[in-house]
Amino acid sequence: MTTTTLIDNGILKQHLIDPEICIRCNTCEAICPVNAITHDDNNYVVRADVCNGCMACISPCPTGSIDNWRTMPLVRAYSIEEQLTWEELPPELSPDQWAADGVSASAADAAAVPSSVPEPMAEPGTQAFHSAKFGATVPPWSAAHPYTNLFPPKSPTTATVVGNFNCTEAGFESETHHVVLDFGSMPFPVLEGQSIGIVPPGTDALGKAHHARQYSIASPRNGERPGYNNLALTVKRVTTDHDGNAVRGIASNYVCDLKVGDEVQVVGPFGSSFLMPNHPRSHIVMICTGTGSAPMRAMTEWRRRLRSSGKFEGGKLMLFFGARTQQELPYFGPLQNLPKDFIDINLAFSRTAGQPKRYVQDLMRERAADLAALLRDGNSHFYVCGLKSMEEGVVMALRDIANEAGGDWETVGATLKREGRLHLETY
Amino acid sequence: MSSINYSEKIPNNVNLGEDRTLQRALEGWQPNFINWWDDVGPEGSTNHDVYLRTAVSVDPQGWAQFGHVKMRDYRWGIFLNPGDADRKIHFGDHKGEKAWQDVPGEHRANLRRIIVTQGDTEPASVEQQRHLGLTAPSMYDLRNLFQINVEEGRHLWAMVYLLQKHFGRDGREEADALLQRTSGDENNPRILGAFNEKTPDWLAFFMFTYFTDRDGKFQLAALAESAFDPLARTTKFMLTEEAHHMFVGESGVSRVLARTAQVMNELKTDDAQKVRAAGAIDLGTIQRYLNFHYSVTIDLFGADQSSNAAIFYSSGLKGRYEEGKRDDDHQLKGQSYKVLEVKDGQLVEKEVPMLNALNEVLRDDFIKDSVAGVTRWNKVLEKAGIATRLVVPHKAFNRQIGALTGIKMSPEGRVVTEVEWEAKKSEWLPTSDDFAFVASLMKREVEPGKFAGWISPPVMGINRQPVDFEYVRFN
Repeated sequence: MTTTTLIDNGILKQHLIDPEICIRCNTCEAICPVNAITHDDNNYVVRADVCNGCMACISPCPTGSIDNWRTMPLVRAYSIEEQLTWEELPPELSPDQWAADGVSASAADAAAVPSSVPEPMAEPGTQAFHSAKFGATVPPWSAAHPYTNLFPPKSPTTATVVGNFNCTEAGFESETHHVVLDFGSMPFPVLEGQSIGIVPPGTDALGKAHHARQYSIASPRNGERPGYNNLALTVKRVTTDHDGNAVRGIASNYVCDLKVGDEVQVVGPFGSSFLMPNHPRSHIVMICTGTGSAPMRAMTEWRRRLRSSGKFEGGKLMLFFGARTQQELPYFGPLQNLPKDFIDINLAFSRTAGQPKRYVQDLMRERAADLAALLRDGNSHFYVCGLKSMEEGVVMALRDIANEAGGDWETVGATLKREGRLHLETY
Repeated sequence: MSSINYSEKIPNNVNLGEDRTLQRALEGWQPNFINWWDDVGPEGSTNHDVYLRTAVSVDPQGWAQFGHVKMRDYRWGIFLNPGDADRKIHFGDHKGEKAWQDVPGEHRANLRRIIVTQGDTEPASVEQQRHLGLTAPSMYDLRNLFQINVEEGRHLWAMVYLLQKHFGRDGREEADALLQRTSGDENNPRILGAFNEKTPDWLAFFMFTYFTDRDGKFQLAALAESAFDPLARTTKFMLTEEAHHMFVGESGVSRVLARTAQVMNELKTDDAQKVRAAGAIDLGTIQRYLNFHYSVTIDLFGADQSSNAAIFYSSGLKGRYEEGKRDDDHQLKGQSYKVLEVKDGQLVEKEVPMLNALNEVLRDDFIKDSVAGVTRWNKVLEKAGIATRLVVPHKAFNRQIGALTGIKMSPEGRVVTEVEWEAKKSEWLPTSDDFAFVASLMKREVEPGKFAGWISPPVMGINRQPVDFEYVRFN
């Protein structure tokens, strides 16, 4: 999990309220921790420059009208004055309208979609296949109960950096860091799959304080160092935007440059459904790209510690891991050292010189026989984390595998969702 | 940060485990509550697994946990909004003083009365709605009804907590009495009139949740300003749940209108009998239901002039709606407000001291809020190209409380003779024929995604679930 920001490359994922469904109950305004929501006699509206995508308003809304998003060029974001006059939501901008602003529609598609709670967000626009609708909003039945929002955005706590390692091979332009934060005596209990927010110091160009960026936790529940109140994050230094233009990611560069002993402002923990099963013989299938490996590393490590303590009976672990090149894989080395009977690792590289591109979904199709068996087993849990663009392909691969094995994906997918066994967290 | 102890019988964020006396009192009350639920709660629902939203804590993630549960196993708990140790009283004679954590002796009787009156409405509406589950127009609507029922139950718990925690033996007796009165019972009725009326059908239920639960919202909002901090914090949290009730009412009536408009367009008619024959509810009937529920509900705000209201305000027990957002002196002495009365056969406005008119102030705030929603209902008709519009009747129409009691008034606000009232009553208020017709449409739909013919499906499901989700498992 990398940053959760509503603004990426001049493109805003604008949070809007549907005036046709909203009943003006004021719950969102009362609950918003940053006062981004306001109203007049006509409508309830969201201030684009204040909303930080923390999602605190989403589940309390009784109507669902709150969960609406439009991809907008930052310069054309709807003002609250405009929103107050609406009788219905405007449609997504057309490609022509995008072109008029000098941005290509594909750049808009690539804009990061934040999801600070790990429920899938309803994506605007229509596609033939909606992978997001199969994502569970509930945890597996044997998940441990998570603590959430102990430190909400308006009252962060402080953590100390106790480690910062560059875990990609030297000489490659991309750089992924393994950062360890210690909370001292502050209570900050976390579970694998949860995330935290880091607030970069300073202000943006408009003089406003930076909002928190969200990172998945890469360490297990009892600490990166077992028995200590610490956790690890996997952070990729952002040096280019989606079109390859040079840009310095504010939070990722701040985090990657942290020195041991530095103090950081932290909010969270967040997330109450992307959580691992804890019952004996539960299987975990992990599908990820890049820093989406963080929660997978956390779950794998917890199972490894349980196994080495002799307290855990069986349960398969299967990993599908995609990156552009082998050198880009964080934790590549340590992963390779895990025993084969403990975890079944499948690696896909999309940019290895002289080799055809291979994506995680290609690997999944090669392993269809094993995945079909796992799809039939009620103890199997599926986790997908990484770039937004992989989500659809991965879920379609699962669909095809289920259908080809004589099942019916609509039923299988609905069951996985209902039982909290398919979790999607992409950005 | 207050946390919930799941090992306890009663989930709470009030450190119940450390207060043995209170814990015993609540644990003693709980079996009576469950008996009450079994006796007069939703009929025939014992084995249903219902997709309910349960509050497990007061932070945004905690109070909207969804899952299938049996209603009698619903985790009724006690939740107060997070407190502010430095909170100051912000209106009335005690303005600027520290908010009270305990009940001051001189306000004990009044506070108890306020809490008992509020508490009494909660089980009352569960009783009023107990038969509705048998005629739910869809599984989705059935789930919404049950959600309201369990939340009314939780609101009863919230009031009982205050009574048992802060009012000693009297409080415990009042808590028991809340389970003994019964809606519509001749010998031991509920305290307020509207809560002894029947909720005979789903149109009445939607009107009730739109109008009467909105009264609840305004009363709770006024109590959320109270100088008695535990009451303020309790009611603040209840407001978040109350919003769901108003959603059910507003969207319910919207969906009825959408269906009626659809039938009118298909048949190209505005003839009520043809609409009825096609199995939809004609707009005239909907307007008459609206007139009835609106007028009965605005009576709930009490007499237009009330010395009690003045005392409650000045002593800091009950504020105005959004007291904190108003920029006056918050004491209101020497200010005036206009109320209505009838003089020489005509309605006239009269200036009275504002402190005595606070019931009217709250009623007017309610009216403004209600009218806004009716405007949104009319958008449904407008979009469908139907010319008819719904209107809220005049404030003085069909009133039974205050200076306007018994005045014969048309919905437009014209004083009428007894003879004209009798002649027109059937155009203005629902008739036995209207009730019989609506009742004839009430048939239960139990298939996921199926809806009765008199109502449209909702635009979206609950908690991002599809509309045809299995919201209730009948087992």
